[in-house]
Amino acid sequence: MFTAGAHPALTSFLAAPVNLDRPGHYLHWGVIQLSVANLVVIAVMLALFALAVLLPFPGGRGRR
Amino acid sequence: MTISARPPTWTGRLRGRAVHAFPSDTLLPERQPVYVASWIYVFGVLTLAAFLVVLGSGVVLAVAGPQWWHRSSAGHFVNSLHLWSVELFMAFMVVHLWGKFWMAAWRGRRAMTWVTGAVCFLGSIGTAFTGYLVQSNFDSQQISTQAKDGLNSVGIGAFFNVLNFGQMLMWHIVLLPLAVGIVVVVHVLQVRRRGVVPPFDVLPVDQPPERIQL
Repeated sequence: MFTAGAHPALTSFLAAPVNLDRPGHYLHWGVIQLSVANLVVIAVMLALFALAVLLPFPGGRGRR
Repeated sequence: MTISARPPTWTGRLRGRAVHAFPSDTLLPERQPVYVASWIYVFGVLTLAAFLVVLGSGVVLAVAGPQWWHRSSAGHFVNSLHLWSVELFMAFMVVHLWGKFWMAAWRGRRAMTWVTGAVCFLGSIGTAFTGYLVQSNFDSQQISTQAKDGLNSVGIGAFFNVLNFGQMLMWHIVLLPLAVGIVVVVHVLQVRRRGVVPPFDVLPVDQPPERIQL
């Protein structure tokens, strides 16, 4: 089993930058309840979508 | 003696229809329209790649059994690979969906491409939900007891019992992946048959455009 005792340096290197061993944070808007983690994922997906639309594709520039 | 153009056997007729619908350069093209040179078109392929990782890691988990990941570091790794490939699969598919929605990708006789994509999305959600039920831990217990109330309230619980681990495992590793896999194949074949939808300023939408090697 992969334990901290067996590989402390590797474990601390791979440990999440955010402490995941506690209850998550939630946002509330009326009937809507959303975790901060899911909100971050949605924001990253929207950013990916915007970048995919705006960034030029290698080899595709100048062709019509 | 007359020669009929219509083959006398069903295999011949099926072959004729298949070859007519999917000539070899349509089924495996080497060139794509110039407007396909965009990052937004990459997300469909990324979704397919993630789907293959989902299937591969799922096969390994099926071979080793549903309890394997609780007592083996290798099993834990494969289980995590399965989870995160599903996360990426859903994320890539949603970005692909957004792109196709804003392109109105159902234009030019591509309604079935859009419909099969939508069915694939809904089927994937169902498959993922049954995956939550077969983790064989307290999380799956809590999720199943919450889900049963919702499903019972709409009369589904009598034949789709989320508290039945064996039934949910079969749905998750046999029935739903088979259904989603078939729909994915049909979706890709529709893309091959009708082609990628052109941008709004390229007319007409159902005419084959000039193709380039990407």
